[in-house]
Amino acid sequence: MSAYHITNNQHRTTHILSVKAESPTVKIFTFKDKQCAKAKPGQFTMLWIPGVDEIPLSILDANTNGMISILVKEVGEATKALNSRKVGDVIGVRGPFGNNFKIKANKMLMVGGGTGIAPLLFLTKKAIAKNAKPVFVVGAKTKKELFLIKELEETCKKENVIATTEDGSYGIKGLATTPLETLLKKEKFEIIYTCGPEKMMRRVLDLAEKYDIALEASLERLMRCAIGLCGSCVIGKYRVCRDGPVFNAKQLRTVKDEFGFSQRDFTGKMVPLK
Amino acid sequence: MKNGPLTVNLAGLTLANPTMLASGILGYSAETFESLVKGGAAAVVTKSIGLKPRVGYANPTIVQADYGLINAMGLPNPGIEEYAKEISETKKALKVPLIVSIYGFSAEEYALVSRKAVDAGADALELNVSCPHVKETGLEVGQNPKILAEVVRKVKASVDKPIFVKLSPNVTSITEIAEAAAEAGADALTVINTLKAMAIDTETVMPILSNRIGGLSGPAIKPIAVRCVYEVYESVKVPIIGCGGITNWQDAVEFMLAGAAAIQIGTALATVGRNVFQKVASGMNKYLKHKGFKSVKEIVGLSHHK
Repeated sequence: MSAYHITNNQHRTTHILSVKAESPTVKIFTFKDKQCAKAKPGQFTMLWIPGVDEIPLSILDANTNGMISILVKEVGEATKALNSRKVGDVIGVRGPFGNNFKIKANKMLMVGGGTGIAPLLFLTKKAIAKNAKPVFVVGAKTKKELFLIKELEETCKKENVIATTEDGSYGIKGLATTPLETLLKKEKFEIIYTCGPEKMMRRVLDLAEKYDIALEASLERLMRCAIGLCGSCVIGKYRVCRDGPVFNAKQLRTVKDEFGFSQRDFTGKMVPLK
Repeated sequence: MKNGPLTVNLAGLTLANPTMLASGILGYSAETFESLVKGGAAAVVTKSIGLKPRVGYANPTIVQADYGLINAMGLPNPGIEEYAKEISETKKALKVPLIVSIYGFSAEEYALVSRKAVDAGADALELNVSCPHVKETGLEVGQNPKILAEVVRKVKASVDKPIFVKLSPNVTSITEIAEAAAEAGADALTVINTLKAMAIDTETVMPILSNRIGGLSGPAIKPIAVRCVYEVYESVKVPIIGCGGITNWQDAVEFMLAGAAAIQIGTALATVGRNVFQKVASGMNKYLKHKGFKSVKEIVGLSHHK
């Protein structure tokens, strides 16, 4: 029998090497992990906060010297505990898991909401290295929650970043989807990449279909095993951890009753999306 | 259904081939089951369902071992009232037998949930009396022949569908438990559930699973499972469903030679993929031809010297 092995699933620990506060509730952690450093944009890691929980987090950056970074927003007990961790503290890592965004066009539009900009920024950097010219629409509740906006503006050039805030404290007042239709009428994009609140992504999918543009969206669901066994993250016939987290428009059409509307809770019961 | 060399009759259920989805793997919705049937599964077993919803344990709920996986999910399930809808939906869409896995905290509860599952459309039931990581159900039932017999009798009296009992290897004598289950009316025995196991992180000196102890599955437990099937085959007359670390057709054939009439696959879905059932079935078919057997039934228990 050949050696038994599920790619990247081995549990290992590492030390936090840097912590940077991006907003009152958002931090960026950097640590060393050889396997995760090979991650592609869109892939995620299962991060163990010893004694607390293990949570899926999308990878913000990964590079050849074995370092990876993640963006963590405080949304519950686990992320609160993680955000109180300091340089030198131990965390556990599994992954990277899942598929990734495919860079196959030059004229691309990114639509990110909240922490959803993490994998999109990673993707943007890789795409620019391949001479693509991304336009980035980014939405947040308020200016303080527009994380990484400076880095985005530097990466894409300021004129290619359209920021929206719900309270109008920065950029256009409204949701990330507010300037989208005008933009799509004006410019022809080959593909839209989106990550963020699912209701936002659903609206982006509807617009992509209306304007006949390819789309890839990165989904989030409850996760346990992350290797396609436990069924916690299923949407339709897909397992978000294994068949996703990135899905194209054609796949999302097959789950149109669920995408943007419902997910399974910890008991496996279908509940409306918040 | 046309009978082929791989067709199996299992306690009244007809399976197009001997491969089944093991309980606990995927198994919430009709669409998921359908995707596994597309992958070749000839029958599917749901996650274990109880009377009330359970959220399960906090993560980490799974940890990789060298030759397997240790899990302690904690029997997450939406409860039978909610799950009954999934059963009827699945039943409408599915062309293979649907077996609902049941757990309970008393014999009455097992019987009540079983009844509701059958009313919703279950073709058979598999009693989980062997979960190694939830207290007062599972192992507590599966380690005690008297309690187990009472559970089986109560369920048997309340439904008219085949009842499988999934046995635990975490016992001194699996044959004693198997005999108790068979005498109480079990129509088939699933052998085996996971083995109690744990993993400790050396850096933090902490057990990795939030529940500390979980159940080991995968190739690591296969030789133990084969031995259990072999022993149970010698002690009872009811059909045995082999389970534990089956990854390829050679593994499946080994279980059948030991005495299994059908086999279940779980962990290998992560290593091989959803088409693991097809691969196993087609390998078995070639084996039968090569060895000159007309039906897979001919190899069940063939390794026993009578």
